[in-house]
Amino acid sequence: MSSDHKTSPLDRRRFLGAAGLAGAGLAAASLPLRAQEAKPDPLITEVQDWNRYLGEGVDKRPYGTPSPFEKHIVRRDVSWLTASPDSSVNFTPLHELDGIITPSGLCFERHHGGIAEIDPANHRLMIHGLVDKPLVFTMEDIRRMPRQNHVHFLECAANSGMEWRGAQLNGCQFTHGMVHNVMYTGVPLRLLLAEAGLKPTAKWLMLEGADSSGMNRSLPVEKALDDVLIAFAMNGEALRPEQGYPLRAVVPGWEGNIWVKWLRRIEAGDKSWQAREETSKYTDLLADGRSRRYTFIMDAKSVVTNPSPQAPLKHKGRNVLSGLAWSGRGTIKRVDVTLDGGKNWQAARIDGPVLEKSLTRFYVDFDWAGQELLIQSRAMDSTGYVQPTKDELRKVRGVNSIYHNNGIQTWQVRPNGETENVEIA
Amino acid sequence: MSRSLKPVLFAGLAGLAILGAGPLIARTAKPAKTLTSAPAATATASKPVPLGLGRLALPAEIKAWDIDVRPDGVGLPPGKGTVRQGDELFQAQCASCHGEFGQGNGRWPVLAGGQGTLKADRPEKTIGSFWPDLSTVYDYIHRAMPFGNARSLSADDTYALTAYLLFLNDIVKDEDFELSDKNFTSVKLPNAGAFYDDDRETSEKAFWGKEPCITNCKPEVKITGRAAVLDVTPDSKSAPKVD
Repeated sequence: MSSDHKTSPLDRRRFLGAAGLAGAGLAAASLPLRAQEAKPDPLITEVQDWNRYLGEGVDKRPYGTPSPFEKHIVRRDVSWLTASPDSSVNFTPLHELDGIITPSGLCFERHHGGIAEIDPANHRLMIHGLVDKPLVFTMEDIRRMPRQNHVHFLECAANSGMEWRGAQLNGCQFTHGMVHNVMYTGVPLRLLLAEAGLKPTAKWLMLEGADSSGMNRSLPVEKALDDVLIAFAMNGEALRPEQGYPLRAVVPGWEGNIWVKWLRRIEAGDKSWQAREETSKYTDLLADGRSRRYTFIMDAKSVVTNPSPQAPLKHKGRNVLSGLAWSGRGTIKRVDVTLDGGKNWQAARIDGPVLEKSLTRFYVDFDWAGQELLIQSRAMDSTGYVQPTKDELRKVRGVNSIYHNNGIQTWQVRPNGETENVEIA
Repeated sequence: MSRSLKPVLFAGLAGLAILGAGPLIARTAKPAKTLTSAPAATATASKPVPLGLGRLALPAEIKAWDIDVRPDGVGLPPGKGTVRQGDELFQAQCASCHGEFGQGNGRWPVLAGGQGTLKADRPEKTIGSFWPDLSTVYDYIHRAMPFGNARSLSADDTYALTAYLLFLNDIVKDEDFELSDKNFTSVKLPNAGAFYDDDRETSEKAFWGKEPCITNCKPEVKITGRAAVLDVTPDSKSAPKVD
């Protein structure tokens, strides 16, 4: 180790020289001036404040926040989308994030009656209906049950819904940002149901929130017994209030609306309830005037987050294309990327964990000479599903189904690096 | 809140003590003992062994929270209300957002009209044109409206408002029509038959199992739409809503 350290400066100098020559043809514009002409960098030649003075001590940041230089990285809303911010949505800044875990404070929000602020000591979960024993649980009870940890994406059924009729919002935060991916800690719903003793006649469960919208949705029993978690933690700490503190449903792979937050009641019944959020909303109107219902699963989808309209290309030469893929039906098996509008594709490099019903990170490391790019990504999942184009979806569904738009996204990168949301044919 | 619930909690425990069933031991006053005697290994078994956590829900508690109503009328409370009574309530409590006739002010939801528009380029999805079940109208109003003052309407109020919404949607024509738990399920909404279960795995079968093209997939590509051209202004009323 120490001998490596001694020889490394020389090696590094040799390596840099070689790399500079090799890259000169392509990336000349962005290379620095030759050493003898350049002015020394004062950030190096002058002693900086942070190098001289004491910084804040360990008693100053009991709960840390991001650097002030990152303060532009925030959830954003689009005020014209809804009549009231209390029943509305904001968007995760996907173009500023990497890896697969969404920081809790940046997870998009979707409320129907604002954020319920609940003291966990005052929260109750009731299970009743077609059960042997109707039960009430406190948070203390739930924290005494065997728990599990799972990473899953939560995607709003309406993610990309504004794009059904064409390219509309300029940024992946707005076109694709109704998604987040965190590690949940909670109790399998089947354990809670076993406590109450589900009767064989129970086919559906109604999940209901404690908030002012009284959010209620019908969940088929098979899914409840499969992989649904009743979660009290995300990313290692308690749920954030806007994500359902102290208790929410985690329904892997299924549309976000059914992940009922501030969960307070589960009723077992023999039929679905046909609540507002599964009749008026979260049904998909097709061109023939009829509508699909119970479209629970979120199909395979992907988006290139960098470059994108909010994250243009700044450098010629070496660049990193980065994106996310996910599927509600299983794992991501492959992601293809095109830089020329679909004439030619290459398999992207998937890096990091590839988990069931979770965001998956992909990259393409590429050289850019300043030509126009038409970038798309195409996800394939473990069931053999291939992410369709928007036109393929429109052929089956028309343009008025609002939800479940998983069509391939196109970004146009212009020679100056500016990037725009476009549609191509 | 928690203080007032304490007597209820003890009542629940007492009830369980009388039942005296084996797995209920954990609900006695000494949970620590039960924890050591209950093997954690059973947690992941396919047929979970009850853990003995939680307590019986009391009838009064279930009654207080169990407000949902199903299409077959299960859950409807006794009560009644007329179109006229509903009109009065609607003007006082609902019209400021939804408009006097349910036409919707600004971007607030439209509740009436739009029948026959579901195949149109811009469908108008209302209770009358789109909703399949009247029970949803009752259930949703009773649990979530008025926006910002939920759970404030009585059963009779909710029947009356539901009757008025039927009137606004031309589903009942008589202002003296009275909706009640007795005649509720006889009312059918126009779009009831137009919903079918998710069929993507058959109707979109073509999206599965294909080996997509990799090289020389098309001769030319042209841009057909641009977000910057559409440039949706933040106060646009024609822009699509998040439903």
